[in-house]
Amino acid sequence: MSAVIAEHDEHHDHGPAKGILRWIITTNHKDIGTMYLVFSLIMFFVGGTMALIIRAELFEPGLQFVDPQFFNSMTTMHALVMVFGAVMPAFVGLANWMIPMMIGAPDMALPRMNNMSFWMLVAGILLMASTLFMEGGGPAAGWTFYPPLVLQTGKAFPFAIFAVHLLGISSIMGAINIIATIFNMRAPGMGMMKMPLFVWTWLITAFLLIAVMPVFAGAVTMLLTDRFFDTSFFDAAGGGDPVLYQHIFWFFGHPEVYIMILPTFGVVSTIIPVFARKPLFGYTSMVWATGFIAFLSFIVWAHHMFTVGMPIAGELYFMYATILIAIPTGVKIFNWTATMWKGSMTFETPMLFSIAFVVLFTIGGFTGLMMSIAPSDLQYHDSYFIVAHFHYTLVPASIFVLMAAGYFWLPKWTGNMYNERIARLHFWLSAISINILFFPQHFLGLAGMPRRIPDYAVQFADWNMISSIGAFIYGFSQLLFVYIVIDTIRGGTGKATDEVWEDASKHSLEWTLPSPAPYHTFTTPPTKIPSEHLD
Amino acid sequence: MKKARQLFAGLALSIFGLGLAHADYTLNLTEGVTKVSKDVHDLHMLILWICVFVGIGVFCTMFYSIYHHRKSKGHKAEQFHHNTTVEIIWTIIPTAILIGMAIPATKTMLEMDDVQDADMSIKVTGWQWKWEYDYLDNGIHFFSSLDEASNKARQKGSGIDPKTVPHYLLNVDHPLVVPIRTKIRFLFTAADVIHSWWVPDLGWKKDANPGFINDAWTYIEKPGTYRGQCAELCGKDHGFMPIVVIAMEKEDYKQWVEQQKEAAAAEANAAEKSWTQEELVAKGETIYANNCASCHMPDGSGMPGTFPAIKGSPIVTGDIKQQIEIMFNGKGMMPAFGQMLNAVDFAAVATFIRNGLGNSVGDMVQPSEIAAMQNATAANDDTDEE
Repeated sequence: MSAVIAEHDEHHDHGPAKGILRWIITTNHKDIGTMYLVFSLIMFFVGGTMALIIRAELFEPGLQFVDPQFFNSMTTMHALVMVFGAVMPAFVGLANWMIPMMIGAPDMALPRMNNMSFWMLVAGILLMASTLFMEGGGPAAGWTFYPPLVLQTGKAFPFAIFAVHLLGISSIMGAINIIATIFNMRAPGMGMMKMPLFVWTWLITAFLLIAVMPVFAGAVTMLLTDRFFDTSFFDAAGGGDPVLYQHIFWFFGHPEVYIMILPTFGVVSTIIPVFARKPLFGYTSMVWATGFIAFLSFIVWAHHMFTVGMPIAGELYFMYATILIAIPTGVKIFNWTATMWKGSMTFETPMLFSIAFVVLFTIGGFTGLMMSIAPSDLQYHDSYFIVAHFHYTLVPASIFVLMAAGYFWLPKWTGNMYNERIARLHFWLSAISINILFFPQHFLGLAGMPRRIPDYAVQFADWNMISSIGAFIYGFSQLLFVYIVIDTIRGGTGKATDEVWEDASKHSLEWTLPSPAPYHTFTTPPTKIPSEHLD
Repeated sequence: MKKARQLFAGLALSIFGLGLAHADYTLNLTEGVTKVSKDVHDLHMLILWICVFVGIGVFCTMFYSIYHHRKSKGHKAEQFHHNTTVEIIWTIIPTAILIGMAIPATKTMLEMDDVQDADMSIKVTGWQWKWEYDYLDNGIHFFSSLDEASNKARQKGSGIDPKTVPHYLLNVDHPLVVPIRTKIRFLFTAADVIHSWWVPDLGWKKDANPGFINDAWTYIEKPGTYRGQCAELCGKDHGFMPIVVIAMEKEDYKQWVEQQKEAAAAEANAAEKSWTQEELVAKGETIYANNCASCHMPDGSGMPGTFPAIKGSPIVTGDIKQQIEIMFNGKGMMPAFGQMLNAVDFAAVATFIRNGLGNSVGDMVQPSEIAAMQNATAANDDTDEE
């Protein structure tokens, strides 16, 4: 059937435009997906460099390399670049590439908007990065932009806020596109409960994005008017309240962290069954658990604010609601374990990264559970314990799974197999160094080291040094990934088969297409929909 | 013989010293020195062990599967994909465990929230980048900033090894002194941005929000020195505003209160006497280093775009009245130093910046003039309250 599709394309002459213009004006979901992925990989290294500046300064006590103000600006920009420049765009890139191919659609529903949302992302990130060179330095009040501190930002302030607006608009457009595609473009027979879990988790993520990005835009706009138009939303002297900002921000911020983790769950739920050679265990409960987690994400925001001085009823409510998150998350962990159980497993790099994800994300989940206990959180809050927690749920989770996704689908995208030996080296270096990097930070936090400080008391010296060593090993070993990607594009270790992985076409539609996937796919819808989890 | 004894004593001391150094080096949350901090520690251990237990279960299952159910060992994949009973069990058991966790957590939370029947109250105000303490019951009032030794060592390129500085970054010029076995209520607020007051040994931290008041309490069981830091990012020197609490026996605390009162009286006298320009400049140099240098830089060159330079500044080299007005009431990000420094220190630093840091205006201001301004402001505040 794939041959038919290829022929069909040639007849209508819908190949890519030539030269650089192909990329600027493209409306093809694969081209846009590639641009998103490449852009996010570049941003991963930009944000990573900032992290290494932070870890270099923290290598030993005393100030060696940077001024405290620049240090704060690094922690702020590292977070913004990683969240809005690396992780979110990477998942949008995967969505662009994979959702049409997984649901048997020829392209995204709104291709021109798709192009616009990518270039708006680039504009937003460039504007954000340019603030680093402005008078007074880049934003340095943390990625959370808490007032009144953020109002002390120099010339960069309005530019940073405008950048956030651009990124928000870009995300919202991307989300609308994904929802429109999933609701309208599914091949005949691709019922909602037959969709691969990656499509499901992205659908739910897209709704989260549409719900909360405008809230964030509103919050930063209020900051803007407070500074330039004499309003006092967050200024007690004018009848406002700085804590109000934190409520609005975390109403956005908590769903935001799930925006980064739900697609991760989707990718893992797609990869593990392929390498266990089994259907995903508990498909239906996975879908419901994802929905439940998304719902809970809207009603737990103030667990980021246990120390802010809430009434006791608020403290208790947010504690109970937060504890609840452990239940659907636990269900997911158990389902992945049960998917592996009695399978016939092989351990190619995507599977290795996915297993590491399940183990390390579980550790991040445990510390999350610990922090939901409000009285204990009064100790953990704003210490290195939380830094360890959220990096465990972001780096060995989202980033590892993005790497897994890269290795998993690279043969489908390029038509070539990647170098498995170097990829495994990349995996082992990453998996070991990430623990050297973040595990000691639990000890630092419990011992009393606050986060976001450029210098520390000498009793924190040893673990900081170990953590920094881990950071440098991790950072430099990511260059292997770049090497492998370039090598694979150039031919890798040989041609990939259409199915790439053994019996993969039983699991999802993209493996029924040729490798590399032609420029246009599913211009006629597929006839057979994989549904092994229902049989 | 004597020498041998000295040698042994020396060895014993150095081993003891090593032991002390290792005592600082902790992996786990402190038990602290109050009942609440012990409760928090117990909750922490309980949830930690639950996590360890569940983790071992999950990981063992997973690794058993990874080891045995692999293709290379010839294991054939079974094709089951759900089991309602198992799924219900692994939803209900965690729910039960979590409810079991929530009960003691609620109890501790309620206890921490109850600030009633306090024996004394201390108002804590966060400033960029120091703490202000107001003893509401006896009028003692002072600011607490990073101590001089740490402050010198922490400057970029200072060449001082932090390991040689005692309690590097965890020491202050004026520690908070409190009695033990007394229920102390703390009221938290801030003068500029949000700060957070955290002493791990007390078992909690609390944010200090500008324009609002938060409360918390403690009841310290044993005398000692307990150190902590600001926990909420509050700008450039967030990492350099430590907290030191000295808890002492009630009798010792009473003595300390008396000393503070005498010192306050002596300070008032010093403000009345007439000072020479040289005396003020000499005194002003340290005041500048501790209060002004973090923004305006140790050499007065400022940070272009954020903090103006002192050196050659038209205000500092111009009318002294205007300069004092800005220092006294603050401007933009600059806090109002009028109530933060005593009259002598204020006059000293005001005179120093006009005659140091490359400026040489040649005039001065007497502490008594500042004291008069302070009294006038205080009188105004009183009228406002009426």
